[in-house]
Amino acid sequence: MSTQVAQASAEVPRREGSPWTGLWAVVYKELADHLTGVRMQILETLMLLTAVGTVYAATQSIRQTIGEDPFLFLRLFTTAREPLPSFVGFLGFLIPLTAIALGFDAINGEYNRRTLSRVLSQPIYRDALILGKFLAGLATLAITLVALWVVVTGMGLFVLGVPPGGEEVARGVFFLVATLAYAGIWMGLAMLFSAVFRQPATSAMTAIAVWLLFAVFWDMLAALVSQALRPTQYGGVAEELAQARLHLLLARFSPNTLYAETVIALLNPSVRSLGPVLITQLEGAVLGTPLPLGQSLLIVWPQFTALVAVVILLFAATYVLFQRQEVRA
Amino acid sequence: MSVAVETVGLTKRYGQVVAVQDLNLRLHTGEVFGMLGPNGSGKTTTILMLLGLTEPTAGIARVLGWDPTRQPLQVKRRVGYLPDSVGFYDELTAWENLRYTAALNGLSSAEANRRIGEVLERMGLADVAHRKVGTFSRGMKQRLGLADVLLKQPQVAILDEPTLGLDPEAALEFLDLIRSLKRDGLTVLLASHLLHQVQSVCDRVGLFHRGRMVLEGTVDELREQVLGGAYRIHVQARGSDVERVLGEVPGVVRVTRTDGDAYRVEARVDCRPEIARRVVATGELLALSVDRPGLDEVYARYFQQLEAQAGGAV
Repeated sequence: MSTQVAQASAEVPRREGSPWTGLWAVVYKELADHLTGVRMQILETLMLLTAVGTVYAATQSIRQTIGEDPFLFLRLFTTAREPLPSFVGFLGFLIPLTAIALGFDAINGEYNRRTLSRVLSQPIYRDALILGKFLAGLATLAITLVALWVVVTGMGLFVLGVPPGGEEVARGVFFLVATLAYAGIWMGLAMLFSAVFRQPATSAMTAIAVWLLFAVFWDMLAALVSQALRPTQYGGVAEELAQARLHLLLARFSPNTLYAETVIALLNPSVRSLGPVLITQLEGAVLGTPLPLGQSLLIVWPQFTALVAVVILLFAATYVLFQRQEVRA
Repeated sequence: MSVAVETVGLTKRYGQVVAVQDLNLRLHTGEVFGMLGPNGSGKTTTILMLLGLTEPTAGIARVLGWDPTRQPLQVKRRVGYLPDSVGFYDELTAWENLRYTAALNGLSSAEANRRIGEVLERMGLADVAHRKVGTFSRGMKQRLGLADVLLKQPQVAILDEPTLGLDPEAALEFLDLIRSLKRDGLTVLLASHLLHQVQSVCDRVGLFHRGRMVLEGTVDELREQVLGGAYRIHVQARGSDVERVLGEVPGVVRVTRTDGDAYRVEARVDCRPEIARRVVATGELLALSVDRPGLDEVYARYFQQLEAQAGGAV
């Protein structure tokens, strides 16, 4: 037996079998959990109400102010009417919450329910479990977002009585993809924390703290730091430009900034640049002729790539951490 | 007899801490082997290595001829594992929980439904199949755990602390279920620190202490090896020189006078008739009874002896 054993170990240098065995079983199970869970139902209801409320407000506003806009449908997403923010503004707020709710107990929840060793003793690798959970989370977010998008477009059709043009639909789809990437970041972060911390409460609080940091404080910090490092001593244009550039550079470390820039350029075809030169014009600028879709995509390409890259990095970190964890809690 | 599970020099270290040290284990097909020892003696770590859920630091393991480190899927397809205090998804029903396991094992829907019905019936859970597991008692969860193990129709079942936290009646029922696995021809490896509970179902046991398997054999073998005898006979008798008379009975290993007229005889065989004859011939026999020391005692005595030897050496 010992010689057989020695031979066998020499013959089999690597792990056998596909790491994705059982992946779809995990995806279906997690997806079913997400879609039927009370947690997601509450958040989805909240999102739906927000969508209906903001878009209705937006339609009222659009009907009053803009008569002849070539991109009427995109206005549905971005038009704010006091006291409500725009639909996109609300999404920027609700999506991180939803994404964190989907991921914060992904791994420590399995430990705490003592299901991990039982699940991993089935013929699957850990890769399938972690990737399955991630894909199921993304799928849940995608389903929610598409549903919202369809609701918004449907309401637009109903209230405005004008069908969306081809380019508007295309911009809307890219907006969906970018939003999914943005949501993926927060879900990835929450999942990473769920692998780091043993208590789901801790991972949820930490993820929310990071989100607050970026949503509320990051821009202030970026402004403070850029003022400190590039002070405007003589009030020259060069000085102000340097400060603004540093500010923007720092601000772009926040996924919120990246997402906001992507959305602005995608949903507002008249945006020609996201740089400091035109920064004052970004607010509701309708000057000039609109850019074609391809040009708008070129503008946001770096931001969009960065969003996707952060998702991948967070997933990779979670993956490595989970692979190295002991099964025993 | 073919070998179902074998380890050679299996070792697991966590930094400086040795969890399992140089373990040589061999389970024959169809036997029930008990890994017994206190918490932290390396039982669960050994199990995790056998399932490929943790990598050994050194040594080799083979389960049904497969290497758990390199071919874990092959091993896990054929081995069922009931973890220590098994958990389920509380918000799902028993049936749904098993459906997930079936899906992870790649069973078709029809096959899964058929097998789930079977195993739930066998575990006496058919009535509660569509109840949420969150409402289950400890004993029901444990039986559901065994159903989960049987679902994949394994050749080897590994049960970690199967009777822990069960009331005595439920524990006995559960032990009966384990016996039924043996009748089905499964090889069963069970780990427990409740020695007295599981000794009755084990064909052979290995006693673990600080990551080492210090004793191995059938319960009788261990009794004889450690206690000197598998039978302990209590004699109450009056007469001249009872101690010598008892000591001369064939099969007797040791005689101790416990108090007054009471003697404790350790013997390899049940020699009560012979004792009765001889005592009656020389004096009066007042009482005679036999008990078989449990593994708890074997374990305790073994470590007393070890300490005594260590003390003597110093």
